[in-house]
Amino acid sequence: MKERAWTEIPIGGVIEDAGNAHSYETGSWRTYRPIWNEETCIHCLRCWVACPDSSILLEDGKLTGIDYEHCKGCGICAFECPVDPKAIEMKLETDVSER
Amino acid sequence: MGRRLILTGNDAAAEAMRQIDPDVVAAFPITPQTELMHKFAQHVADGDVKAEFVLVESEHSAMSATVGAAAAGARAMTATSANGLALMWEIVYIAASSRLPIVMPVVNRALSGPINIHCDHSDTMGCRDSGWLQIYSENAQEVYDNVLQAIRIAEHPDVLLPVMVTFDGFILSHTAEILEGLEDPVVRKWVGDYESKYTLLNTDEPVTYGPLDLQDYYFEHKRQQIEAMRNAPKVVRDVGKAYGEISGRSYDLLEAYELEGATRVIVALGSTAGTAKAVVDEMRAAGEAVGLLKIRCFRPFPEAEIAEKLSRAKAVAVLDRSVSFGAPGGPVHKEIKAALYGTGCDIGLVNYIYGLGGRDVSMDHIRQAFTDLTTIAREGTPSDGVRFLGLRD
Ligand code: SF4
Ligand code: SF4
Repeated sequence: MKERAWTEIPIGGVIEDAGNAHSYETGSWRTYRPIWNEETCIHCLRCWVACPDSSILLEDGKLTGIDYEHCKGCGICAFECPVDPKAIEMKLETDVSER
Repeated sequence: MGRRLILTGNDAAAEAMRQIDPDVVAAFPITPQTELMHKFAQHVADGDVKAEFVLVESEHSAMSATVGAAAAGARAMTATSANGLALMWEIVYIAASSRLPIVMPVVNRALSGPINIHCDHSDTMGCRDSGWLQIYSENAQEVYDNVLQAIRIAEHPDVLLPVMVTFDGFILSHTAEILEGLEDPVVRKWVGDYESKYTLLNTDEPVTYGPLDLQDYYFEHKRQQIEAMRNAPKVVRDVGKAYGEISGRSYDLLEAYELEGATRVIVALGSTAGTAKAVVDEMRAAGEAVGLLKIRCFRPFPEAEIAEKLSRAKAVAVLDRSVSFGAPGGPVHKEIKAALYGTGCDIGLVNYIYGLGGRDVSMDHIRQAFTDLTTIAREGTPSDGVRFLGLRD
């Protein structure tokens, strides 16, 4: 996103476009990354309900993956996942990210 | 045209608020709140105003509710004093940085402790860097006039900043004076309707107020606040002139009182300016070249205008009714000194801290300062540049 000058932005920090948090990448704040296992997932959508950052991706009521650009790694999804072994596992970002 | 009224400073502010009839007024109903809100509450109870009156549990909440109402698009007001303002502190900054044109009368009283409820300027001087405009009043007439003007100044599209209208605790707030009020329809027309550019209640064009603003944009938003402050002097002047057309009383950033040919000048703000005027009159009648520069608008600080007004003086005494602990002089003094820096003028400058905690300042004290200025005009800025007026040694 191109950063704009002080003369080009609304005053008072007001945000004029509803929902534009989507274009603000917050995924880099993450320490732990949720890793989803498609094999064991029963698509109960508990993780989708609980995720505070709307980062569980769905298509036709089925989980399709995790939005790593916005997921902050809180681990709530993994905590809530009811299957055993869990279909979401939290892994240290430094262990899993490719450089 | 006007109505002759006998009102205290508190009544005068409440009368202006009755006539403005803001959409929302939020207030903490007990001390350190003053009679001002008591009077306004009476207007609400009597059905004289349509304002939504919200009684909250603290001054922090009073400012918060006012901010919320203003963000929702309402014309919102509150009032406070002393430690009440101190408790509002956090939200005072948020009001300014969210660019909400709130108008707040502030009764100037000392900050505790030890516990004191009398006049000095430590409350509003403490938040001189909060991003609010500050207009100081000399008497009840000015309290009334300044509150009415503040609405137009705050809501001006080039400004959109909150404004404090200050007046001296007890000396003005609790003393009845004769003043002239405008007729209700004149005030209604003067303040007009407030149309906020962004309102939280407009679901067709939803906006977010007060979001996270980090390293990437916070600085830009501060720069915008600086710009609004830079725009403000022209607006304060224009509004002061326009107000003169409906009331016969025009206002400027400063008031030059007998500065013509004055070699010894006192700088003061608030009710002390009135005391100083009486001394100036007396000394002028005795043929002495003395004058007064009253600062009406302290924020934004009219630095170029002040430097110009003082440029022909030989000796200047700046009166500060608050302390900036550890600093080289009181807040007004420091800024005057800065305003004179680099202008090439050769002025003997002295600072008097006075009137703390309501300590009386008499005509004798002002005479004393003018007498000191005779020596300072001859010998230049004294080594004890910060002195105390009315303190027991
Ligand atoms: S870790 Fe937290 S933010 Fe990320 S997907 Fe799971 S619940 Fe959402
Ligand atoms: S909570 Fe677990 S099982 Fe349920 S949808 Fe999410 S990942 Fe799948």
